[in-house]
Amino acid sequence: MVEVLAERFNYAVIIILMMVGLYAVIATGNLVKRLVGLSIFQTSVFLLYISMSKVFGGAPPIFDYKEMAYDKLDPNAIYSNPLPHVLILTAIVVGVATLSVGLALVVRIREAYGSIEDDTLAEADYSLELEKGV
Amino acid sequence: MTVGQFLPAALAAHAPVLLVAIPLILSAPAAALKSGRTAWGLAMAGSVAAFLFAIELFLATRGDAPGISYALGNWEPPVGIEFRVDGLNAALLLLLTASAVLALLFALPSVEDEIDKDKRSLFYSAFLVVFAGLAGVATTGDAFNLFVFLEISSIPTYALIAMGAGQDRRALTSSFNYLVMGTIGATFFVIGVGFLYMATGTLNMADLAARLSELHGNRVVEIGFAFILVGLGLKAALFPLHLWLPGAYAYAPSFVTTFLAATATKVAFYGIIRFSFDVFSVENGFVLNSFTYVITPLAIAGMIIASAQALFQSDVRRLLAYSSVAQVGYMMLGLGIGTQAGVAAGVLHLINHAMMKGALFMALGAFAISYGVRRIENFKGLGQALPVTSAAFTLGALSLIGVPFTVGFVSKFYLIQAALQKGWAFAVVAILISSVLAVFYCYRVLVNLWVAPRPDGASRSVQRVPYMILGPLLVLALMNLVFGVYAEPIVNMAETAAAAAFNAGVAP
Repeated sequence: MVEVLAERFNYAVIIILMMVGLYAVIATGNLVKRLVGLSIFQTSVFLLYISMSKVFGGAPPIFDYKEMAYDKLDPNAIYSNPLPHVLILTAIVVGVATLSVGLALVVRIREAYGSIEDDTLAEADYSLELEKGV
Repeated sequence: MTVGQFLPAALAAHAPVLLVAIPLILSAPAAALKSGRTAWGLAMAGSVAAFLFAIELFLATRGDAPGISYALGNWEPPVGIEFRVDGLNAALLLLLTASAVLALLFALPSVEDEIDKDKRSLFYSAFLVVFAGLAGVATTGDAFNLFVFLEISSIPTYALIAMGAGQDRRALTSSFNYLVMGTIGATFFVIGVGFLYMATGTLNMADLAARLSELHGNRVVEIGFAFILVGLGLKAALFPLHLWLPGAYAYAPSFVTTFLAATATKVAFYGIIRFSFDVFSVENGFVLNSFTYVITPLAIAGMIIASAQALFQSDVRRLLAYSSVAQVGYMMLGLGIGTQAGVAAGVLHLINHAMMKGALFMALGAFAISYGVRRIENFKGLGQALPVTSAAFTLGALSLIGVPFTVGFVSKFYLIQAALQKGWAFAVVAILISSVLAVFYCYRVLVNLWVAPRPDGASRSVQRVPYMILGPLLVLALMNLVFGVYAEPIVNMAETAAAAAFNAGVAP
């Protein structure tokens, strides 16, 4: 058991983070906290990609300029897989954009309702519905 | 390239990428403009250009013609990002771009009615980004690129839905809920793609398909598939994951609802077809089992429960939104059947549903402009006041029920046929129950529209329905009728699409 966990330590961390994020999204009624949970959830996926690109003993995939210029690159050198890093760079940008749109919406919700708690919002909408007559 | 090409060769060679790039590039000047009308012109130009490219691509991939592969930036696939167009997504692109053009005609008067003057150009700019994103999802042949386009289309969608706040502040909370759920869905999709990359080391869909065929029974691949299915299912509003949809459709501006109802869930649904039948394959026992034992029961539950929920709505747009969830159930049932005939029926219903919901939501937009009404009881007697709009609405509603000589009948007919071929009598029963429920909820609206007298002291017409709305509305409504009688073109389109989904992935 301990061995299995130690071997897959990175995945254990990722799963815990993922569940923490998802739980925060579901459990809290506060819209900002919900966005925080969403960000944690997304970040755990970034870690999943980054950790899978790790190659044991691998160096960062950056060629030394001098070695490359004189054609002295070591053909047996081991590098980490650069592709997931690049993908996650894109995913981070997407995450930031989502977060900023979400926060902008929270600001507008607070202007319109005067609250960012889910139950207060539901109550306000419900009483509006009653006023209009169901 | 084959017969039927009408664009110059220099343009046609780059059609797959221009289709996405032109709207995306036009969105920047549209945002910088002051005048909403000029921005509308740009949006229209972008959509019409995309429509022309879509026709070109559709003609080039008709019949047995092989799919078109486009290497972005001349980086050869599988290393570079590939745009791939075959029978399946050519049909979807045609639907998407045609809906965009028709919806934009409707947009000009509708947006002037609902959106503040200084926000209109930004509104059209956001629309162009959504449109480019959806077109990108439909054309790309790269799994991670699909995620990026999915989010490019989703993020401005949240903003567009929130624009409905000028009419009803609940648009804000609905948009927020959609944002949270949509992001979870997209993230699930990325997790799934990550697992596939772990197992295969590639992101190109054709390459994935070839390598996955050797990985039968691999647990990592199966988990990846499950994550992708759930993620795209959330975006497609598959039954238990549909909670964002009614609010978003009910409170968004009329134009946004019309466009989204005709396109957004359809594109996610296309993603499911692409991954389940092209990248993975139904011969894979895991995929087939998850369709038979997970998707089919959910589809049937969605068809019946969402239709029943629609019965109890007092807001007509909410009613139609719940009906949309039920219609997604029909499409999913087509996939659940898991045969080529089933997928063809699913794609056929996808095309037809875009026509009927497009007409219905556009008619609701017309009612909202001229009388400012949304609730069922306020529809009393409007049939006499607005006969043409009401007739168009009625055509859409009849098509939704599946009355013979409408497109709704055609797709239900093919769906039932596919279910019977598989020997699934229970699916046929479910389709019939859901159709009966559709009769009831459509009846509630139609009886108020045509039979009930206009009450004394009811609000007077604010303005007459502009021709810019009547034109596309009539086109959509009559399409329901024309293709219902003369169904061959759309049936062919759906069958080519299903054949492409089943046969394309194996050989590059």
